[in-house]
Amino acid sequence: MDSIYMFLTGPMMWACFIIFAIGIIYQLYRFFSLMNKKESFMFSYISLKYSLRSIYHWIVPFAATNMREQPAMTIVGFAFHASLILAPIFLVAHIVLLNEAFNISYWGLPKILADIMTIIVLTGCVFFLVRRITRQEVRFVTSLSDYLLLLMVALPFGSGLWAVHQFPGYSYALLIHILSGQIMIVAIPFTRFIHMVFGAFSRAYTGSEFGGVRFARDW
Amino acid sequence: MDEAIQSAENKSTGIPDEGIDKGMGRLTPDRIESVINQVLQGETGARFKMYIDTCVHCGLCSGACHFYLSNDNDPHFSPVGKVKQTLWEMIKKKGKVSPEFLKRAATIAHTECNLCKRCSMYCPFGIDIAYLMLTVRRIIHKLEMTPLYIQDTVNSHAATMNQMWVKENEWVDTLQWQEDEARDEIPNLRIPLDKEGADIMYSVIAPEPKFQAGLIYQAAVLMNVAGVNWTMPSTPGWDNSDMAMFTGDNEITARLKRKHFETAARLKVKKIVMGECGHAFRSIYDVGNRSLSWRMPPIPVSHAIEFYYDLFKAGKIKLAKKYEKPVTLHDPCNIVRGRGLHEKARYVVNQLCENLVEMHPNRELNYCCSAGGGVINCGPPYKKKRVIGNRIKAEQLEATGVPVLIAPCHNCHSGLEDIVHHYELDMEVKFIIDILYECLDKGE
Repeated sequence: MDSIYMFLTGPMMWACFIIFAIGIIYQLYRFFSLMNKKESFMFSYISLKYSLRSIYHWIVPFAATNMREQPAMTIVGFAFHASLILAPIFLVAHIVLLNEAFNISYWGLPKILADIMTIIVLTGCVFFLVRRITRQEVRFVTSLSDYLLLLMVALPFGSGLWAVHQFPGYSYALLIHILSGQIMIVAIPFTRFIHMVFGAFSRAYTGSEFGGVRFARDW
Repeated sequence: MDEAIQSAENKSTGIPDEGIDKGMGRLTPDRIESVINQVLQGETGARFKMYIDTCVHCGLCSGACHFYLSNDNDPHFSPVGKVKQTLWEMIKKKGKVSPEFLKRAATIAHTECNLCKRCSMYCPFGIDIAYLMLTVRRIIHKLEMTPLYIQDTVNSHAATMNQMWVKENEWVDTLQWQEDEARDEIPNLRIPLDKEGADIMYSVIAPEPKFQAGLIYQAAVLMNVAGVNWTMPSTPGWDNSDMAMFTGDNEITARLKRKHFETAARLKVKKIVMGECGHAFRSIYDVGNRSLSWRMPPIPVSHAIEFYYDLFKAGKIKLAKKYEKPVTLHDPCNIVRGRGLHEKARYVVNQLCENLVEMHPNRELNYCCSAGGGVINCGPPYKKKRVIGNRIKAEQLEATGVPVLIAPCHNCHSGLEDIVHHYELDMEVKFIIDILYECLDKGE
């Protein structure tokens, strides 16, 4: 088991981050070269001011009309995404690994806060799952892949929580945690997780068109 | 709910439409596949891919759509639901879809979406779902199964450079007839034709000479009273409307707008002012110029609202009285979400009317009239679906409790009249120019 652990946290981790980085770079390259080739007009409409204006109104909770119409979704959505991104980066256990590997160190989350954030992510997954099943406008556009994406998020966080608290079988939970986390990292560039990158571009372009051409707000 | 879904599908595909139905008969599996893939891979680019890949199927766009809200939250009518029923399926099956599927796709894209872009204001990523529906319409156009009525208007555009088969002599004749009529009121009134070097070229949509010539009369009175140096072209290029941009017939759009801009250039005018029409504004301000590779229109264009606003601000017109009945103001998508004219519209209406009662939501968030985006132009077969699909607008109108509804857009005007009639609202629909003409101080 130790050798599996060593492999997963060693070469496998390198492979995952390399695939992740190359994947993101590849997607960005493909996007911009396609844009340059076929829709170069987009460059002439994109405006920094209106991009930021639009992103601002969609990155601040309740700043957009639809966020106020869907308060539960807004609260869960923001808490979920913030926890999803921040908890793994500032988790002490992860910082220790980074320290061992690269001799770098930075502030880590207090344990209790890390637990709470993990539970927020898991609760978010359950919330999204229930929403997918019970709300007919969401269920209508849901397919297997949407459930798989939720599972891919829930697994590393659930198993991580399990391992940290040393519940029975935690050594297996740790392996599942590492493996599922790696699957998620690798999947980001190649699945709809890519909204992490393109969501901002899409927002920026719409914001630029609404602001610069149409003189209207888009939130 | 599943029964309701089934019935929604039947309701939608059960409508006979010669354009779609005859088009279906001409399809072959090879043609379907090659056209869909040519459009999806050949014509679209990074934007399309970004929108499809970024959508997380959250359904948050649903609450933006009047069709969805008015049809008791039927998911078939949600913006993302429409993308699912059209593009997702085409992408998944790599273009191998059936003629029946395409009939449903044509019906969704052409008659269940007004391209009003309200959903872009609701999507957290600002995905331009109107663009996606236009992509479906482009496919339908290339498969030659566009709904009959709107295709007829595009044929008219192609043959006559105007939307309503108005002949050249009929056009000039109509202008001279209106000039003649208006001279009873203002003896020295002119509608100057082809006046080179005028400040303004006034352009209208073809339905005005066809059956609303009184609007040209009113505009002529306004121009003369305000002492504007204006002209109208006597040649093709006078019509600013454009149904081709709504059927995905982009090549015709480019021809139309080139003619329009070249006419203005020939007359050496400083700018184009257009009547109270929304889609035509979208065409000359946003879509048509792009199809000719102009980032913005090559000649400045003003919608009537901006023009009235400028006249008021410059003190060029005075009013003999104010309009007394309480009014409400409809915000047309193409000039509000399309050009941010909502505050100027309110300024003009407040100048003219004693009492403006707002409907809610309003400004950029106003609900579409359900007629725009070429939907009303798909004709009588879809009228019932169109008005039922905008119950929410009727409720919004009724809540204002006013007798007069101002709709500064032709499509909105016609669509709202249908809604007022269907829901038995006691309301009169007016253009701003109707009230402006009534209240204007026309001098001696």
